Amino acid sequence: MEDIKKRIAFIKFWNGMFMIVGLLSTFVGLVLLFTLMADLMIDGFPRLSYRFFTSFPSRFPAEAGILSAWVGSFLLLLVTASAAIPLGVAAGIYLEEYAGKNWLTDIIEINIANLAGVPSIVYGLLALGLFVYFFKFGESTLTGGLALALLILPMVIMATREAIRAIPNSIREASYALGATKWQTVQSHIIPYSTGGILTGIIIGLSRAIGETAPIITVGALTFIAFLPTSPFSSEFPFISFKWLLDPFTVMPIQMFNWVSRPQHDFQLNAAAAGIVLMIMTLLMNGLAIYIRYRFRRKIKW
Amino acid sequence: MKKALGKRIKEGIIETTLFLSALSSVFITISIVAVLSYESFGFFKEVPLIEFLTGKEWTPLFAEPKFGILPLISGTLLTTSIALIVALPLGLTVAVYLSEYAPHRLKEVIKPILELLAAVPTVVYGYFALLFLTPILQKFIPDLSGFNALSPGIIMGIMIIPYVSSVSEDAMRAVPMHIREGSYAMGATKLQTAFKVVIPSAFSGIAAAFIIGISRAIGETMVVAIAAGGMPNLTANPLEPVQTLTAYIVAVSLGDVPHGTIEYKTIFAVGITLFLITLVFNIIGFWFRKRIREVY
Repeated sequence: MEDIKKRIAFIKFWNGMFMIVGLLSTFVGLVLLFTLMADLMIDGFPRLSYRFFTSFPSRFPAEAGILSAWVGSFLLLLVTASAAIPLGVAAGIYLEEYAGKNWLTDIIEINIANLAGVPSIVYGLLALGLFVYFFKFGESTLTGGLALALLILPMVIMATREAIRAIPNSIREASYALGATKWQTVQSHIIPYSTGGILTGIIIGLSRAIGETAPIITVGALTFIAFLPTSPFSSEFPFISFKWLLDPFTVMPIQMFNWVSRPQHDFQLNAAAAGIVLMIMTLLMNGLAIYIRYRFRRKIKW
Repeated sequence: MKKALGKRIKEGIIETTLFLSALSSVFITISIVAVLSYESFGFFKEVPLIEFLTGKEWTPLFAEPKFGILPLISGTLLTTSIALIVALPLGLTVAVYLSEYAPHRLKEVIKPILELLAAVPTVVYGYFALLFLTPILQKFIPDLSGFNALSPGIIMGIMIIPYVSSVSEDAMRAVPMHIREGSYAMGATKLQTAFKVVIPSAFSGIAAAFIIGISRAIGETMVVAIAAGGMPNLTANPLEPVQTLTAYIVAVSLGDVPHGTIEYKTIFAVGITLFLITLVFNIIGFWFRKRIREVY
């Protein structure tokens, strides 16, 4: 009897221990995230000023800023979004609403799952071989943006599919019962009802694209740019110019990488400041995505 | 009647467009394989495959270049192993805690926050490894060099915790409740149920999570490019600087290599090696994940 009681106490002790260990391990990540933020803040906060955002990179750490980097990041994101969103959403709609159960669909599905696991730097090599040298886009904003678009495409497709899958069949049947065609059903029901989920996926994908460095380095982004790309607006006809697409570029993560890799301490402070800006951008975008997911989940009850 | 025909044509055009979008993903894969093999074909015309796979020195930029991939592979293995030593136990513990112990509300809050760990830009993690973790480690390990495999390995491990925990947790949640209830009815604690019943039942899902973690660690680039030192070093010592497959590609790309030279081709030869290694892991992971939908 005593023996069994001892044994039970022993087992219960370990159960309690694990609960504590589990809770601690779960918080390890949070603590680290917090430490990371705090470390960046301490090092980089004094460098964050209006001039930091409006200056070009410079040989003198105190005068260097991130103007060309954030403009480049913004333009690149524009290209990425305009390529990845239509393509990804269309592919997702096809796979959920149109595709039959056959070998071609299977291949496409397996293929998308596999693309999601390809290391990002391989996309960089693809873009280098394909866009830079085969299509001759050069080491430009267009190439960089397309490389990132390919990278986040599987994410957008998967988010679209998941959002569409959550729509119950009764909605589709009701639409068909009124004589709507497939596209009419998709256009007026499937797309509006899945917007929340799709948007969440797109924002998370774009936030990843904004922080991605490796594929952009391989396509030859410059690390030191002291000028801005051609303005998309011109005073002459046709007023909108796309020359910036073929201009050389740099982006925030590359600017930060460049500063981290320098031995001078002052440049590393700049890196920390750029890191703060990057972290705030990704955290804001992810926060927005979580909020949208939460809102839509609460609002729609099937 | 005419209107119906017009409608059918419009529907057909739309369906074809959507189909082509879905098919584009297949073209991306084909172009990856085509570009990597085309460019590395030129490399293997100059460097025999045997030398590439068995050579112990990787010095492609020297006057007398040597093209043995082993130092890069060993660097990749070393950082990946360190990352896994951190990520697998922690990730699994987090998954068990979240799926078996944590109250529902806590879980709803914790999961998205944990996912933020994977969302932090990798260059920021690199900064953290080089300028925060390495100096701290140097206080404990005096002969740790400023660039080493240990510190980026640890940081990478933390980065991939969410990948491991999220998929394992999904797999554990898929284990039906009555299996747990059977275990509780026998007088088992939550811990015993988790480790002797739930984990074995969710084995294939957890294995898939581990494989995803491995594949991520192998392909991770910026953390190692910043903090590992960039020296192709055939070593198993985590205190020394190393270079990984990915970090080599970054290092060469930064130098703006002229198109068509042997240096240019090396990054594709290294790239195809990396692609094939991760492809194998992705296929194994895919196979395990398919088995999650196992019938209990």
